Amino acid sequence: MADISSIFAGIKSPNPFWLASAPPTDKAYNVVRAYKAGWGGVVWKTLGEDPHVVNVSSRYGAYSYKGNRVAGFNNIELITDRPLDVNLREIKEVKRDWPGRALVVSLMVPCTEESWKSILARVENTGADGIELNFGCPHGMSERGMGAAVGQVPEYVEMVTRWCKQYSRMPVIVKLTPNVTNILGSARAAVRGGADAVSLINTINSIMSIDLDAMAPTPVVDGKGTHGGYCGPAVKPIAMHMVAEISRDPECAGIPISGIGGIETWRDAAEFGALGCGTMQVCTAAMHYGFHIVDDMIDGLKRWMDAKGYATIEDFRGKAVPNVTDWQYLNLNFKTIANINQDLCIKCGLCHIACEDTSHQSIASLLEDGTRKYEVIEEECVGCNLCAHVCPVESCITMNPVDNGLPYLNWTQHPNNPMRKQAAE
Amino acid sequence: MGTSNLTKDSPDISAGRLDLSEYAINFDDAVPPLNPQTARVEANRCYFCYNAPCMTACPTGIDIPGFIKKIATDNLTGAAVRILEQNILGGSCARDCPTEILCEQACVRNAEGESPITIGSLQRYAMDNGLDGMPHPFTRAETTGKRVAVVGGGPAGLACAHRLAMLGHEVTIFEAREKLGGLNEYGVAEYKLANDFAAREVAFIMEIGGIEVKLGTALGRDVTLAGLRAEYDAIFLGLGLGAVKALDCEGETLEGVYNAVDYIASIRQAEDFALLPIGRRIVVIGGGNTAIDIAVQAKRLGAEDVTLVYRRDAEAMSATDHEQEFAQTNGVTIKYWSRPLRIEGVNDHVTKVVFEHTGLDTNGKLVGTGREFVIEADMVFKAIGQSFVADPLKDSEQSLLELSQGRIKADDEGRTSLGGVWAGGDCVAGGQDLTVESVQAGKIAAHSIDRVLRK
Repeated sequence: MADISSIFAGIKSPNPFWLASAPPTDKAYNVVRAYKAGWGGVVWKTLGEDPHVVNVSSRYGAYSYKGNRVAGFNNIELITDRPLDVNLREIKEVKRDWPGRALVVSLMVPCTEESWKSILARVENTGADGIELNFGCPHGMSERGMGAAVGQVPEYVEMVTRWCKQYSRMPVIVKLTPNVTNILGSARAAVRGGADAVSLINTINSIMSIDLDAMAPTPVVDGKGTHGGYCGPAVKPIAMHMVAEISRDPECAGIPISGIGGIETWRDAAEFGALGCGTMQVCTAAMHYGFHIVDDMIDGLKRWMDAKGYATIEDFRGKAVPNVTDWQYLNLNFKTIANINQDLCIKCGLCHIACEDTSHQSIASLLEDGTRKYEVIEEECVGCNLCAHVCPVESCITMNPVDNGLPYLNWTQHPNNPMRKQAAE
Repeated sequence: MGTSNLTKDSPDISAGRLDLSEYAINFDDAVPPLNPQTARVEANRCYFCYNAPCMTACPTGIDIPGFIKKIATDNLTGAAVRILEQNILGGSCARDCPTEILCEQACVRNAEGESPITIGSLQRYAMDNGLDGMPHPFTRAETTGKRVAVVGGGPAGLACAHRLAMLGHEVTIFEAREKLGGLNEYGVAEYKLANDFAAREVAFIMEIGGIEVKLGTALGRDVTLAGLRAEYDAIFLGLGLGAVKALDCEGETLEGVYNAVDYIASIRQAEDFALLPIGRRIVVIGGGNTAIDIAVQAKRLGAEDVTLVYRRDAEAMSATDHEQEFAQTNGVTIKYWSRPLRIEGVNDHVTKVVFEHTGLDTNGKLVGTGREFVIEADMVFKAIGQSFVADPLKDSEQSLLELSQGRIKADDEGRTSLGGVWAGGDCVAGGQDLTVESVQAGKIAAHSIDRVLRK
């Protein structure tokens, strides 16, 4: 079977699946259970300076969609609320007992050189494999000038990264916040500061829901609520975009990326890998189902790799990156048309009404011998895909490429573009 | 017990065969209601089809995807009102409609090889939970001063009366029995409309106002069609079916031989199920929902052996596959291809029924095979169908209304051959004698009456 062992920024793990820095990695008890379940590594929940922080009750919000629980998740929990000594002692013991698993320590201290210098020495003494700089926590800590408050200012990211490289021999992973307009600002700053890797995304600023009786955001803490960090399956598309931007940025120069954001299955992990990630961090899925979900992530990834002929993760890592391009380079002459498989069609009419009301009026609603029938009007179809997405039946509507004999033509060459590049005379 | 005239042939009939707790379970809802979580999940299975086939399949045309969407968003009052707009008996129809041959059969999920949306149970969920503490959701239009007599307080009459009242007319319902509700009150199995649901639904319908009720008032006995025509601006007849078809076989008059509908009415009106006598061995003859309802209820009263005998096959039974399966899972034995030859008894009380196996001849006609078999029985229930009694419509010997197939002839608006007289429900020819069809007939007739009265 495929070898999925990983060496990420110099950190070895038997598989690329790490638990992200979060409640599941708050103490030795959980981390040992995770290792026993098969996780390749963990990022220990963020350590800070003493006195330790205090957390509120309750702490989590969830977004359920049409009866499916926890499509999205958010939290207003802060960093570890246990004394630094306790955490360091447990980290040292766990690393001693589990030398083959990755153990990275997440850190967040005030933005002064002395604070970072002081904690780095103590962490290094535990024998941990590396550190992850928490520049992303969007709630609570950011109000105190830490977490996202640092991650949103590229100069700070660069400065703190440089301190960490200066005062520690451990690999430095910079965890990036998605709460920025362009992820490349902070990613490039991490590279300039000498980071060994970046990890992303941290959680997204969010209000999960309003309790319409309490008239307050959830989770409601004694009548009030606050924005929290959004994660879980719903954020995966946002995370993948940001990962792809870094992967294809020449200035980021192929820096190792640990992917985070809604990863729940081997397929999610493979997608992040295809976009260049060397490890994949998971939190919400473990919090939803328990640590044993890693079993199918490992097994499924290996079987998929075997089926595709990939012997190691490096064989497919980044393979989709060259195909992520700017809109202006897409072929404007490429055309697809919807096709409805009448044998699979259940006559629900959703394709018709979606197209009729909101798109291009290219699916006819017919009645043949008293039977409902839906048919694509090919000359009207622009190949937008809407019908295929709203159709509840798998593979009933497919988008078929049409051979129109036209050559590749992108926007930079198109006659309608006043800024088009003229072919050389 | 132990008296000398009690022989092995004496009927074994007694009340109180079960523990009291068993009656409570046996006559509670056969299908438990959905809880909020299951309802939301089921509602979200609905694809919200465009021009949905389930709506077309519903005789009352309920906006099914519309009310299901409202359940999905927890707008239960909106869902209930959306149902009631088309079907004021939406609560009882949710419970006793054969959805497996109506809306749920049309569900596109079937075409996917999946189970259909459980529309009936969702409708019940909305009706049970959407109206709590709410005022009656409909108001009456400005009064027209017109008076309409509705004869028969069953589903057709109630639906007609409610709609007429809504449209501003003054309505009087004439009901021969002591309670409104018709078959919902007297004729459907208790476990389908448990906990006095029929009466609660009637009370809800009456909240519209403008409906006077005369109970214990029968057409042809206490009032006449001619008299009503003289007094009212319009008449709606929702008379139902008044007679039970006879077996026409020897021994039918023995003690212990009952009309199923009468015994079901006793069950439905019972204060205490433990007081109802039931035989140890029961034979039910017939193939419709009434046969199923009496067979299962006999079983649930504690009968040991219940055999339902039908002269043709499962396909031909008017009780649906779902109903037949329900009876079988309740321990009822169904024997197909058999017809009664004679009922035999001792001391004027039934002891056995002699049946003959049946089959089809080369012309497809049902014939006896000559092979006989016997089923011993302490009680026999006849459920081979009901028929319309036209006598109350007669003026001397002449029926005032034109009939068709033994029932009242009416057009698609419910207009009879007699001006100013409409009819609907089971007393009218055509249809499958479903509650939901009766509701639609009453509603349509109300609008037809309204159009005429406003001219």
